[in-house]
Amino acid sequence: MTVELLKIIDLEVSVDGVKILKGLSLRIKTGEVHAIMGRNGSGKSTLAFALMGHPAYEITKGSVTYRGKPLDELNVFERARAGMFLSFQYPQAIPGVQVGKFLRKSVQAVRGSAAGSAREFRTELDLAMVSLGVDRSFLSRYVNDGFSGGEKKRLEILQMLLLHPQLAILDETDSGLDIDALRIVAGGINEVAKTAGCLVITHYQRLLDYVKPDFVHIMLDGRLVKSGGAELALEVEEHGYEWIEVEVA
Amino acid sequence: MGKDEARDAVGDYRYGFHDPENAVIRFDKGISEQVVKDISALKNEPEWMTEIRIKAYRHYVKRPMPDWGNMGLLNSIDFDAVTYFLKSSSGTAKDWDDVPEDIKNTFDRLGIPDAEQKWLGGVTAQYESEAVYHSIREDLENQGVLFYDMDSGLREHEDIVREYFCSVIPYSDNKFSALNTAVWSGGSFIYVPKGVHVELPVQAYFRINSENMGQFERTLIIADEDSSIQYVEGCTAPTFSTDSLHSAVVELIAMKGATIRYTTIQNWSTNVYNLVTKRGVAYENATIEWIDGNIGSKLTMKYPSVILKGEGAHAEVISVAYSGEGQHQDAGSKVIHLAANTTSNVLSKSISKNGGRSSYRGLVKVSPKAHNCKINVVCDALLLDEDSRSDTYPTMEIANSSCRVEHEASVSKVSGDQLFYLMSRGHSEAEAMGMIINGFFEPFTRELPMEYAVELNRLLEIEMEGAIG
Repeated sequence: MTVELLKIIDLEVSVDGVKILKGLSLRIKTGEVHAIMGRNGSGKSTLAFALMGHPAYEITKGSVTYRGKPLDELNVFERARAGMFLSFQYPQAIPGVQVGKFLRKSVQAVRGSAAGSAREFRTELDLAMVSLGVDRSFLSRYVNDGFSGGEKKRLEILQMLLLHPQLAILDETDSGLDIDALRIVAGGINEVAKTAGCLVITHYQRLLDYVKPDFVHIMLDGRLVKSGGAELALEVEEHGYEWIEVEVA
Repeated sequence: MGKDEARDAVGDYRYGFHDPENAVIRFDKGISEQVVKDISALKNEPEWMTEIRIKAYRHYVKRPMPDWGNMGLLNSIDFDAVTYFLKSSSGTAKDWDDVPEDIKNTFDRLGIPDAEQKWLGGVTAQYESEAVYHSIREDLENQGVLFYDMDSGLREHEDIVREYFCSVIPYSDNKFSALNTAVWSGGSFIYVPKGVHVELPVQAYFRINSENMGQFERTLIIADEDSSIQYVEGCTAPTFSTDSLHSAVVELIAMKGATIRYTTIQNWSTNVYNLVTKRGVAYENATIEWIDGNIGSKLTMKYPSVILKGEGAHAEVISVAYSGEGQHQDAGSKVIHLAANTTSNVLSKSISKNGGRSSYRGLVKVSPKAHNCKINVVCDALLLDEDSRSDTYPTMEIANSSCRVEHEASVSKVSGDQLFYLMSRGHSEAEAMGMIINGFFEPFTRELPMEYAVELNRLLEIEMEGAIG
């Protein structure tokens, strides 16, 4: 039986008093890949931050439940420990904190007693790094400090693989990636999608060539205005968003 | 003070406990020329030392307080309430079993005997005014390395002490160097012979136990040509509602080609005034490194200095300061380039929180003869809240146009987005804050022996737990 992971009903979110999400509903089950497409400024990243609990994103109306529990009962780090993961569009640099140590600490924080021994962690880390084509020298560098755009995205996916999320939210993970990196990153997402629900936020179709969505939703001005299967992404790729704007106007 | 009250005052400071005071000799509070003479007489010192002490005392009396820094706090020191000499053990033991039990237990709690066995080449443990324990590994002794507490050093090697004592820091340097020279007791004396490299660090640990104590250790380290040594000092004190005073003088001499690394982890309780003068002279191709960590104390004023006297000499000063509620760390460094092709690197990092105040005070001076010097100064301050404060007072006096000087300063705050990023990886706000500040101090921490690095990170994490509302 598939479990309902995330249930968003009529969600409204404001930032600095400005309403960005204006009544958004969405349900995601384990094993499903949902893609949200939309222009810049349509509210896609706001949804990602609001779901993860960024304090600047205020939920003014509606409800979100994660695995049957109201999400607002959980702090940011509790959401992470409950299996939620956000891959950031702009990951933050943490100077002085080495990637290797950071990954180990994060795995321990999120997976708790299931984190395994240091040796098990090493093995898992090595495998994940090979699959993402990440060099060992990565581990002694400081988190995202002086990283190229592509390196940052690989580190996000590396974290996602190691943290074993149940719900992975990927915010513009494809931006700034060349085609080889895109393929590798997509491989990571597909791996996680086997056991988790995925919400892939993008404004290009090209990631969806490698990550096959079960559902595609079009976001326009803070609402999901049209939903469909993978073919909807191709239509948007070919015809842009205007026809949808006309359709819903 | 009741037990609970004491615990409130101690807070997260792990070293705030104190032993019952069992003084062998305790002087009455306050300082006078007689007190200075009595200290010298008690130690059976040679006449020249008594004379220096008296001259220094007279200078101390005449010398006004500094008219810079935190004058409010400086002027609130009650010098008459300080105990200037307190001996708590009849002698300096070579075996921990011969140290009075309370005192031994204290050093056990501080982890000193354990560290000694695992990774140190020698240890001096000072409790109040004098060393209660001292040892050096036999192999170092066989190589001719001299490592004593300062009182024993003066007794055993008077000629060397006489040659170098006050040679780098004259008693008249400042009010507190005069005070220290007048009433000094304890500290370390080290001489490393030519060509000898001391691989394991030697450590001195300074512990104040009594209320209103004044501790005036005096350290002299001489590294002869092409030798090297790493010296580590740690210090803690009980938390009392009244103030204690720690005023040390440390002189380093690095001869041609020698290297001295002097590492400090200052973690006094927040009722201690820490007013310290530290300076080294580096001769041709010598290196002096100050790795200076200031975590505790009420007010610290300390500017480890290097005089680059010989061609090709190098100075490295890496310091961190942490200022919490009611604390002011006024720290920095001075580098004086007197010879050609000398180089210096200064990295200063400070964190202020809960109204704490950090000041960087730095001097870089290049003399007209010092051609082709390279100087790099970086100061970074991190403020954790709106109530805290950071100031920078850099001074550059460059009298030779061939030198290359780089200076960078930054003040930053922990951003909400950094915290959010780390919290989204399962770390609580306090843990996230701890990671950010440990990362900020990392360029310092990585220079420490591993055991100290682990301890420092843990210490800062504890501090952060209190920081989050």
